[in-house]
Formats: sequence, C-alpha cells, structure tokens
Amino acid sequence: MKGVRHYPGFLGITIVCLMVLYFPLMVVAVYSFNASTSITAWGGFSLRWYVDVFTGPEAERFGLATWNSITIALIAASLATIIATAAALAMIRGGRFRGWKATYGLINLPLMVPEIVVAVATLIFFSTIGLRTGYLTVLLAHITFCIPFAYLPIAARLSGIEPRYEQAARDLYATQAQAFRLILLPLLGPGLVSGWLLAFIISLDDFIITNFVKGAGMETLPTAIFGSVKQGIKPNIMAISTLMLGVSVLFVSLSYLINQRGRSSASIKE
Amino acid sequence: MEVAVSIRNAVKRYGAVTALHGVSLDIADNSFFTLLGPSGCGKTTLLRMIAGFEEITEGEILLFGKSIASLEPNFRPVNTVFQNYALFPHMTVLDNVAFGLKMKNVDPATRRKRAGEMLELVHLSALSERMPTQLSGGQQQRVALARALAPQPKVLLLDEPLSALDLKLRQAMRVELKQMQEETGITFLFVTHDQEEALTMSDRIAVMSEGRVQQIGSARDIYETPSNRFVAQFIGQTNLIEVDVTRVHKGKADVVLPSGQGLTCSAAAASLGRHALSIRPERVTIATRGELKAVVERVVYMGSELQLLTRLDGGTAFSVRVQNAVRTEVPEPGTQIRLKLEEGAARLLTD
Amino acid sequence: MVGPATDRPSGEATYARIVRPLLLPTWLVIGTLLLLPVLLMVVYAFLTKEFRGGVEWKFTLAAFEQFFINRGLFGDEPAQIEWTYINIFWRSIWQAALATLLCLLMGFPAAWYIATRRPETRTIWLFLITIPYWVNLLIRTVSLRFILRDNGPLNEALIAIGIITDPLPILNSNLAVQVGLIYSYLPFMVLPIYAAVERYNFTLSEAAVDLYASRWQTLTEIVIPVVKPGIVAGAILVFIPALGAFLAPDLLGGAKNFMIGSLIDEQFRGSQGNWPFGAAVSVILMTLVLIALLLQARGARRPS
Repeated sequence: MKGVRHYPGFLGITIVCLMVLYFPLMVVAVYSFNASTSITAWGGFSLRWYVDVFTGPEAERFGLATWNSITIALIAASLATIIATAAALAMIRGGRFRGWKATYGLINLPLMVPEIVVAVATLIFFSTIGLRTGYLTVLLAHITFCIPFAYLPIAARLSGIEPRYEQAARDLYATQAQAFRLILLPLLGPGLVSGWLLAFIISLDDFIITNFVKGAGMETLPTAIFGSVKQGIKPNIMAISTLMLGVSVLFVSLSYLINQRGRSSASIKE
Repeated sequence: MEVAVSIRNAVKRYGAVTALHGVSLDIADNSFFTLLGPSGCGKTTLLRMIAGFEEITEGEILLFGKSIASLEPNFRPVNTVFQNYALFPHMTVLDNVAFGLKMKNVDPATRRKRAGEMLELVHLSALSERMPTQLSGGQQQRVALARALAPQPKVLLLDEPLSALDLKLRQAMRVELKQMQEETGITFLFVTHDQEEALTMSDRIAVMSEGRVQQIGSARDIYETPSNRFVAQFIGQTNLIEVDVTRVHKGKADVVLPSGQGLTCSAAAASLGRHALSIRPERVTIATRGELKAVVERVVYMGSELQLLTRLDGGTAFSVRVQNAVRTEVPEPGTQIRLKLEEGAARLLTD
Repeated sequence: MVGPATDRPSGEATYARIVRPLLLPTWLVIGTLLLLPVLLMVVYAFLTKEFRGGVEWKFTLAAFEQFFINRGLFGDEPAQIEWTYINIFWRSIWQAALATLLCLLMGFPAAWYIATRRPETRTIWLFLITIPYWVNLLIRTVSLRFILRDNGPLNEALIAIGIITDPLPILNSNLAVQVGLIYSYLPFMVLPIYAAVERYNFTLSEAAVDLYASRWQTLTEIVIPVVKPGIVAGAILVFIPALGAFLAPDLLGGAKNFMIGSLIDEQFRGSQGNWPFGAAVSVILMTLVLIALLLQARGARRPS
C-alpha cells in the first residue's frame, strides 16, 4: 500500500526529463576538452580550445562581444531593478488605485508578447524615430524586457513582508523615508538581489531582440556565437559555451542560496 | 452483539518513532465509538490505519471478522469524514455526494437518487447544485457527512469533523450526529480531542495517550471511575492529592493525606504505598462538619458556578465548584472553611 | 501573480500618496519602448514597402494581401489563396501544439514527483530542473545541433551499438525542430505545474481513494481538474514562445522547415526585406497569441 502521492513510473519520467535537459549540455562540455581539431573524433583531453578562446584568431571579436554583453547586462539589470522596485512599492504597498490592472498588464507586457514581435516592434520604433541601431538601442531594449524579470521576485518578497514592520518603525518616530531605508530595504534585500541576478542572466541570454536592434558591426556574445555557428560548429564555440554554462550555473546557485538564506534568516511570515 | 471493528495488538512505527504501542480494542456494530485523546496520542493514526491510509506495522485489523490490513483504501468498505472535509472543489455538492457511487459503477440514475436522499438526510437538498466554496462551514461539514454515508459504508470514520465549526454549531451537530448514527444503524468511529464532544455522543469511549489505550468504557465509566491519573486529569477537572495507602480491603482503602489526616476511599485495586487520590471539584460541599480543612485563596466567578481555589491543610491546592444559587454564601478569600466529600467522591487511582 | 491584498485597510497603504511618481519610470520605459512600438508595428503592417527595405507612409493592405492571396508571379492572374505563409503558420501551430502536449506528458509526472518529495530533497530536484532554464537558449540549441548532426555523437553512438548502419538524417527535419522546442521549453511546463501541485491538498486524493476511486481515477477525476490552472499556465508558457520560436527552427530545422520566427526574421534582413510584410506577419502572430491567452483566461477561471 503506497500513499496517494505515489504514482508508478513518475520517477522514471522525471529522470528522462533531466536526461533530456542535461545530455546535450554535458556532451558539449565534454567535447570542449577535446584535443582534436575535428569536432567529431575524440583526440584526448586538452585545454587548447580554452586557450584558443582567449588567444586565438577570434579572441578579439569574442572579447569585444563579451565586454558589450557584460556592460549591457550590468547597466540593464541595475536600472531594471531600480525601476521594478519602485513599481513593486506602488503596486504592493500603494493600495488599490485606478489603473492598477493596466499597470500590472504593462509591467508584464514584455512577457506576453512573443520575443520576435518585441524585436520587430523595437526595430521599427528606433528606425522611425531615427535612432541609429547600436549599443544604445540594444541597452534600451534590454532595460525594457528586464523589468518584469526583476519585478517578479521583488514583488513576491515585498508582499511577504507585512506592513506592520514599517508601521512599527513609524510608530517609533521614523519618517517614511527612514522606515523604508532602515526597515523595508534590508528586509527586501534578498528579493532585490535575486531580481537583479535574474535580470542580469536574462539580458546576457538574449539573442533574438539583440540580433534585431544591434545594427551592423556591434556584437554581443550570443550574436557573435550565432554568427560563428552559422559557419559550422567549431571547438572554440564549445569552450565558450561551456564557460557560459558555468557562469549561468554559478549565478543561479548564487541567487538560490541568497534566497534560501533570506528566507531562513528573516522568516518574514509570523 | 456483533463486533464491527476489531483491532488486535496494532503497532505503528515511523522509523525509530513508535506511534502506537500494541493497541487492542473491539467496536460493537451499530454503536457510536469515540477515540479520545490529546494531539499526538495516536488516535488519528489508528483511524487512518482503519481507513487504509497508514500501513499497520504489526497486528491485525478485522472488519466484521475479516482482515483488511492488506487492502488498498479503495477496497475497504469504510468511508471517512475528513477533518477539513476535503470536498472536491471542482464538483457540485451533488457530484461530491455521488462520487463514491460513481466509482463503484452505480448507474447514473440510481446514484443521483441515492445522493439526493443523502442530501435530504443532512437537510441540504436545496443546495445540491452549489459548489463547495459557496457553502458555510457547517454546510460543508454536512456535505462531507452525506458524501461518506452515500456508499453505505460498514463503518463511518470521523476525523475531528467538528473542530472547524464554531461553538454553537458544534453543540448542535453533536446531537445530530448521534441521531444520525441511530437512524442509519452504521457504526460510527469518531476521533476527537474534545472530551465534552466525546462524553455527549459516545456509547463507548477509548481514552488514548502516548500511543496506548488508557481506558475503554462508557462516558459515565471513564468520568466516574477513571482507571489512572491520566484519564482522571484529561476527562473533566479533578483534584489530585498524593496520599500514602496504609490498608486495602474489599474495594476500599485507608489513606493518609499530606496533612496527616486519615481517610477511607474507594479503590478498584491498589497496593500499599504512595498513590494519587482523585476528588472531583463538584463532589465537594462547604459544610461546618466537613472532614477537610481548607483556606480560601481566590473565588472565580463563572456564571452558573463559582470556583473556589483553596489550599488544604498540608499545602495541597484544591478547587471546589459550587452552584451559583441565590442563597449561595460566598466565603471571602482568607477564610477558613471545611469541606465535605460526597459518598464515593474520593477515588484512589492505580496510576 | 502577486497583487495587493484586497482587504488591506487604506491606512496601511503606505505608498498610496506617491504611487504616481513611483510608477512613472515603468510607464515611461515600457510605455515608450514597448507599448508604443507595438502600436507602431501595427501601423507599419498597413504601410507601403519601399524597395530598399524601408517604408513609405502610404496606407495599403498589400502586406496582408501578400500573406493570404496569390495573384501569380506578375500579379496579373486571378486571385487564389496563397498557401505558402498559411502553411508556415500551420506548421508552427502544429509544432508548438505538439511540443506543448509532449512537454505536458513529460512535465506533469516530473512536477508531481518533485512536489511530493520531502522539502529538503524537493529543493534539490527543483534546482536541477531550473538550471537548464537559465542556461543560454542559444547555447542549448547549438549543443542540440551538435548532437543531432549526421556525424554527431548521437548517430555515432547508434552506429557503434549497431542499431543503424547509416547515420539518421535527424538534423534539418521537423523532428529536430520538435526535439529542440521540447528541450527549450520543458522547464516552463514543469515549474507552474509544480507550484500548483505543491498547493494541492492531498487529503482530496485520500478522500477520492476512500470513496473507492483507483489511483488513476483519482488522477483524472480529482488531481488534474484541481491543478488545471497550473497545467494551463504551463501550456501557455510553452505554446507562446514555441509558436514564435526562432532559434530551434533556424538552427535545427534548416531552410525547409521554416517557422513563423524565421519568416519574420527574413523580412528585416537587408535589402531583400519587406518591413510592412514582416510587421503584418507579427500582427497575425500576436493575434494568435492573444487568442491563446484569452483561452487560458477562460480555462484558468475557477468554476463559480
């Protein structure tokens, strides 16, 4: 007699899911250490393609693309986090105001519209107002679609913090600004961090929109990789992919740990 | 009388933790049987074992003489009223009630009719097309009852079904549940931590604590003649006095109170030495010729009664309840009074 | 969905007075950089194509005509239904729907299994499922392309075991696109269902079993209807991006297995592009998405 939670075969399907999700990544990670120039044959373990990433003929192109990707992600994630925090304060703590639903829809608009449509619309807009596509247009587009990703964890965290903490501070003679800075902001911390990390990853990850609004000559890491892959998958691409994989895993783990610690330390509810 | 459920030496272990230490009890057919105990005493585990949601580690469960321990819950002819009702939120009241019949492949016409009858039994016919979320707590409770009764189980299991209701509704439901048991003739096995609930409805009560049955008997049995200290304290209020037993003879015992005073009391079976004496606060009156001397420390007004918190000679705290009649004279705190024990009020416990 | 508590007294609405300034940046950024562009895109769909790839501000239905109607190579033949683009849409819808279904068949059991673990192990499982979701989609698609190649690891392994003698031409097929879509969006299915199962009251299952339902009857009669909002949310989260997917069809499907994403992309490439037509295809895609969202809103609404 097994409990009502048990269904035979569900564990097997879960494992299949994980295998489907991980198998390609692991194969690429393994092949990135391939000594052979041919991507098909295994020629022993080597770090030569990692060296090639930093010193090879494409090193400068990828270096510049990486610089663009990281600076754009840093700026876009930071601005999106600030904008999303302000929005979350108004939406969660501002009571029910006129246009609440419309604003909610607006914040989530980047999630509802298919990415390719966002890309088209943004390109048309920049072209119409006569803004030359390049670094700035990519940055503006990234800030926009990062907002909902930053908003989600911040709003979730904020709605878990009861207003009575700020009320207690106000009762003890704090001004609203002091209550925000000394009470709410520290409690909100983990939400801000995971919101920022999420936005950062999303920005780093983006290909479709960037590809539309970047214009000629400017590259981010994903567009540079895409350009290379179109010519055929070379081993250095696998090394770059594995490095990016590592960065993603690191960031997710970080975000996860911060959230866990935030949850256990502040145990906001009751 | 036929035995509906028979538990033989049931043991339940979760890893190193033992929830039930060899429980044995028989539940008569067509009776209202209650498992009473504080939370964590194992009563719900026992109920869930009968329903089939918990595996029995050792022992036997017999339903009308047949072992059901190895059957999946959906093959056991018992139905449960769950604590928070567990009404299916996506089905109407009628569909909820008819669900068991549907699963037993009863034809649609019959199950509609039968579900309708059940709703009539619980006075909810008018609400049959509502969704559960549109019902009050009391109404949901009735639907849960109708749903569990509809497949005509051999035994109905009720897992603290009244605990989510407010006091007034709870009191009304007690009477109704007992009536319903008598009307349907189905054996009800009721689990509760509320002694008043247990006392008012049950034909027999098993008092449980720490995975063991402490006493089985009628409401009167367990209240009047608690077999041990736990039962005496858990059921109603009582004063426990540590005494020395000096002589035991024919259901009586001579004991010495902490004040040094001697007393003869009733005792089922006791050995010499230190034991607890139980005296219910309402079995004591203030009387000038009373055998116990006490000082009033505080008077608590409780509406229909007054509670006097006193201290006996010898230092034992002792509470007394008196009816709040017009003529009742209330002693002031600090006054010396004498207390008279009613016949059989003092009862020696076997621990 | 995170919203304000509706029963909160107005006195607790601590930021009520400064709502407008706080929301200003959001309105400004998303309003100008997304809402306005989308509206502008709708306008573009009705403009005239300029031969160098831009537009002329003359209103016309040409883009939509091009999509639906075929008048022959020189535009002088009688109007017929143009099947090229409808077929691309049809293939995209079909592929996206199939991917959604397969993701559901794999994702539901996985979500259920994870949600029914003990809390400590649950977070580990969940973590494992979420990691690929955060790995760059381009990299994931590239890795799949690498594996599925004619002389890639998958074919080599199959030949080595002796199941096949010649490599299977998986890459550049509808099958490869389908695998790519499932692989891209599977976590989107698992997470909302997981959230729904985590909130599920398992006593309902016990009540069903107590009332003689078998394990599978409990699943179909009780569990699935009760967690349906999570299933619908997951289906939407897979279907919408799959419908407009660009990377999977482009990198795995090759030229013959065009989906909507590639069709749109092509319209904005260099001088061969056709912006009004690209905008029109986007508008049609957005309409489909809107329909899917409306269906979801209907599906998610609890029976009242």
